[in-house]
Amino acid sequence: MKSLFLSNDKTANVVLFLLIALIVLVPLCNAILPSASALHFSAYTVSLLGKYLTFALLGLSLDLVWGYCGILALGHGAFFALGGYAMGMYLMRQIGERGVYGDPVLPDFMVFLDWKELPWYWYGFDQFWFALPMVFLAPGVLAFVFGWLAFRSRVTGVYLSIITQALTYALMLAFFRNEMGFGGNNGLTDFKDILGFNIQSEAVRVALFMISGLALIGAFLLSRWIACTKLGRVVTAVRDHEARVRFLGYRVEMFKLWIFVFAAMLAGLAGALYVPQVGIINPSEFSPLNSLEIVVWVAIGGRGTLYGAIIGAMLVNYGKTVLTGLLPEIWLFTLGATFVLVTVFMPNGLAGLLLKKGRETQT
Amino acid sequence: MKANSFKWRMSLLALIMLCIRPSIALDEPADGSAQFNSENQKVSKQQAETVLDPFADALSRLLIGSMKDREQAIEHLSVTGHPRSLPILEALLDGRLYALRDKKTAVVATESGQDYRIADASTEADLGLVERSELSKVNITNSLRTKLRKKISILQLQSDDASVRLFAVNAMVKTADAKTLELLKEYESTETDEDVLSSMRLIFALNDLQNSDKSVRLNAMDTLKEYNSLEAYNRLSVLIEKDNAGNFIEADNEVRKKAQAALKKIDARLQFYNSVETVFFGLSLGAVLVLAAIGLAITFGVMGVINMAHGELMMLGAYTTYVMQQIMPNHIGLSVILAIPAAFMISALVGVAIERGIIRFLYGRPLETLLATFGISLFLQQTVRSIFSPLNRSVTTPEWMSGSWQINDFLSLTWNRFYIVLFCLLVFAALLQILKKTRLGLEVRAVAQNRNMAKAMGIPTAQVDAMTFGLGSGIAGVAGVALSQITNVGPNLGQSYIVDSFMVVVFGGVGNLWGTLVAGFSLGIANKMLEPHAGAVLAKILVLVFIILFIQKRPRGLFPQKGRAAEA
Amino acid sequence: MTKPLIDRYKTFDIVRRPVRPGELDVSHKTILYLEDVSVSFDGFKALNNLSLYIDNGELRCLIGPNGAGKTTLMDVITGKTKPDSGSVFFGQTIDLLEMDEPAIAQAGICRKFQKPSVFENLSVFENLELAMKADKGAWPALFAKLNGEQRDRIEEVLTSIGLTEHRKQQAGILSHGQKQWLEIGMLLMQEPKVMLVDEPVAGMTHQEIDRTAELLLSLQGKHSIVVVEHDMEFVRSIARKVTVLHEGSVLTEGTMDEVQNDPRVIQVYLGD
Repeated sequence: MKSLFLSNDKTANVVLFLLIALIVLVPLCNAILPSASALHFSAYTVSLLGKYLTFALLGLSLDLVWGYCGILALGHGAFFALGGYAMGMYLMRQIGERGVYGDPVLPDFMVFLDWKELPWYWYGFDQFWFALPMVFLAPGVLAFVFGWLAFRSRVTGVYLSIITQALTYALMLAFFRNEMGFGGNNGLTDFKDILGFNIQSEAVRVALFMISGLALIGAFLLSRWIACTKLGRVVTAVRDHEARVRFLGYRVEMFKLWIFVFAAMLAGLAGALYVPQVGIINPSEFSPLNSLEIVVWVAIGGRGTLYGAIIGAMLVNYGKTVLTGLLPEIWLFTLGATFVLVTVFMPNGLAGLLLKKGRETQT
Repeated sequence: MKANSFKWRMSLLALIMLCIRPSIALDEPADGSAQFNSENQKVSKQQAETVLDPFADALSRLLIGSMKDREQAIEHLSVTGHPRSLPILEALLDGRLYALRDKKTAVVATESGQDYRIADASTEADLGLVERSELSKVNITNSLRTKLRKKISILQLQSDDASVRLFAVNAMVKTADAKTLELLKEYESTETDEDVLSSMRLIFALNDLQNSDKSVRLNAMDTLKEYNSLEAYNRLSVLIEKDNAGNFIEADNEVRKKAQAALKKIDARLQFYNSVETVFFGLSLGAVLVLAAIGLAITFGVMGVINMAHGELMMLGAYTTYVMQQIMPNHIGLSVILAIPAAFMISALVGVAIERGIIRFLYGRPLETLLATFGISLFLQQTVRSIFSPLNRSVTTPEWMSGSWQINDFLSLTWNRFYIVLFCLLVFAALLQILKKTRLGLEVRAVAQNRNMAKAMGIPTAQVDAMTFGLGSGIAGVAGVALSQITNVGPNLGQSYIVDSFMVVVFGGVGNLWGTLVAGFSLGIANKMLEPHAGAVLAKILVLVFIILFIQKRPRGLFPQKGRAAEA
Repeated sequence: MTKPLIDRYKTFDIVRRPVRPGELDVSHKTILYLEDVSVSFDGFKALNNLSLYIDNGELRCLIGPNGAGKTTLMDVITGKTKPDSGSVFFGQTIDLLEMDEPAIAQAGICRKFQKPSVFENLSVFENLELAMKADKGAWPALFAKLNGEQRDRIEEVLTSIGLTEHRKQQAGILSHGQKQWLEIGMLLMQEPKVMLVDEPVAGMTHQEIDRTAELLLSLQGKHSIVVVEHDMEFVRSIARKVTVLHEGSVLTEGTMDEVQNDPRVIQVYLGD
């Protein structure tokens, strides 16, 4: 298989190389060049690139679920948001007495709502060692419970897509409520420190950027390894012919669950890296539209290739930044049109085009 | 031309009232206009022409005389027996009675923009628009106003129309004093209408509650406990209250006990009416859900196409209503009715364009269809945003849809919700008929069941696909017209319904229109039942979670399709 | 797991080994029991009080006109369709109605579908690897590595289905007949007790049909095989015992000659 898809692997390697180059060059430029130089990236740009990297990680995690396992999850943003909230809660508690109301324990919004004590689920989030596993556990447990219920009763295809969308929609409504204790409408923001370092400082931003890049590379390699194991092949087989896999004696639901939970955890990690770089997490991250956008990234990049999701996420978000800056009205038009064009004319996305070219040059 | 269409509207209004609101007369105050028939008008004209007519005399004194004269004029007017007396006195009480500059003609004026539209008080003839400066208001003092109210009540009690009498009696429930009681007792003997008599008895019983004789009080409570009257409830509640020192205000133990029992009885009915109201709210929410979902049930259920732009097609329907109202701002009711076919056509055309342009290339790839139609939905949203601005547009509700149906003190149902339920059922029935009885319906079902076989039999499947999709989309447009009457019309209108409507279709069972109907109504009712306990947002979350769990248990919904076809 | 030096139950036939729950018991020579099985779809009776017994190691052919219930029967045995009534036992003790598809497959009942169902995006070798009898949990699959014995087994099956040269090819580009064989190969990899083979020679050339017949004949004895086929010539070439299904129940059973001369069978096939 590998020899047959050498071109495939080549592109993957190029993407990998570019990623490594990016996370080495950006900090290097900033360290060596004076801040006046054209190649010196501003803190804003570094964070923007870092944000793209977390989106790429999010896209990658969806590609595992959609591209490899065939589950079109329209609620993947929920896992991203949960990871983000876990990180946001840690950052919120790091503010301590520096909040507007100066309460040593309670975050500002709780003081504002006249709450007297910290809800139990906020306990422990002042410690990084507690918050970090939560980044994985919160989305992981949700994915496990939801997936276990859904896969066991064999909800598939469009039905599954629709209830994943309902899931993230319900969560969005829930997080909008002040009573939930996650800051309601405004979410969590005004962060000050992370691990004792000023979150606004350039050094921290560069560090977060590098960590995001490393996380992405790590996740990419890990996912590629998984795809090559027998588990990966069973998952691909499930995508192509679920019933047949079952008649071979595999418990399909367990494989789906495994990949779903794993992807949810990756998404949670992406969310946790995203929040300190943009400085806010609010319930709109749960909105069904956000989850659909992730699907667009993967569709444009080309699903089932992993690197396609990375390319797609980076390109689409770069396009979004540029277009919303220039002509805000154009963005939705472009996004909508891209959706249609990609699904009709480019079902395998950019990666599909590259692959086709590669094959043509080979023969 | 204007007058013509006004007449048309009036007759439409009357027709609708006749069909759907047989009880209209019960709760509409008698403003005179409705009871006036042409014969009366002729009579009044003749009378107005007679110089020594006491009616005309009193009317002119009302305009030019002193307060004393006015008091007398009111007195006189109330005994002339002239059919216009009551409307004139009512206009006087409401401050709508004016004199023209010449101080000779009494007119009833209603504000109309900057100016006033006036009608001759005695003949009702339309005298057109005038400026405010042309009119001088006929003022009355507060003491006169009290007297006037009584006179009006008496006049109303004398009315031939039972509904007018009922209105008069009901108006006295709260304020009845010894004099009114006397008056009522007088009329009781001649009253024949059961409803009016019943209201009279309520007033007597309320009065008896203050009686010094204990047995009278106890009797009164026996009567009161049968009434759905807020006043009775409040007065009984007072009897069991404690003062600040913790002592009962009512000293008599037996009275208190009896009051308690009566209250309990009324409470039980109050609870009942509350639950009726909840179910009604639930039905109306359910109707909205069904309307939103039913087009989806066609495209998704029959064709297997997931149309994420369905919500945006509804939005187009809502905007069509808005545009129609912009085109004919003076005919709000008509514009809403005309918007129904217009919205159907526009949404259906857009739907057909979507199907022919994009979806047909994606048959058999449901997930891709989902994505492509989502792209279309973004496109449509942004188009509307660019054309109409991102702000919400307000659509006016026609008057026959506003207001509510006051059944009793405890229960009133708003008309717009009522109409939505009715409209939903109509659309559902029409759709069912189309699918069952028409050639298109037959072909749609044939294609849905076995595409290849249908093709082999010469059914133009491509055309049928386009028509089916157009039908589903058109219904979305019609649903949009209904939505425009109860919610804000904005570019995001569709988005807020898309998740819900998919839930309804999936819950009901794909491919089953009846399932969609049952699912929509039951979800609506469940939502409204939960709301008082959990709050609106939490109720919605609970319903969503319920459906997510339900799908685990019954992956094919409430009414699943069976057989081999369903397995594929 | 250590093997005892001498299995006394094998040595002394008379000493009946007690059957542990969940273990296949074919002491009565019958491996599949279907009794009074009924399945209906929307009022249509796909199976109507059907009773059928398959002996251990037997090669049985099922024939019958379209809609006779052949595929539904396989669906019932493999757990895809739950019957409305009746009982289905695997050996004496294992109730198949209480098990789902993976459990039944792991117990040793494997199936080839009417439409060739191979994983088109995987190579021939990978298809066989997935089918191989092994621990089929998700975690073991993550760390699974083929050992020499398993490789040999795959090679062996590749040879017997004649696809050795195509081992690295994507299954999607195989010919129709090759896909059929690959699927039979996947059955073999599972080392089943019972093989249910639905229309194995549809779309095959004459030579391919002959080879398939050879292959199936070589398997009987080791496996119990149930073949559903429309091709009567093929059935004649492999069958010892034939069961004719009609309208959801067994019409008759016997040798091919007996069956073909049965007037009821002739009527069913040729009409009145």
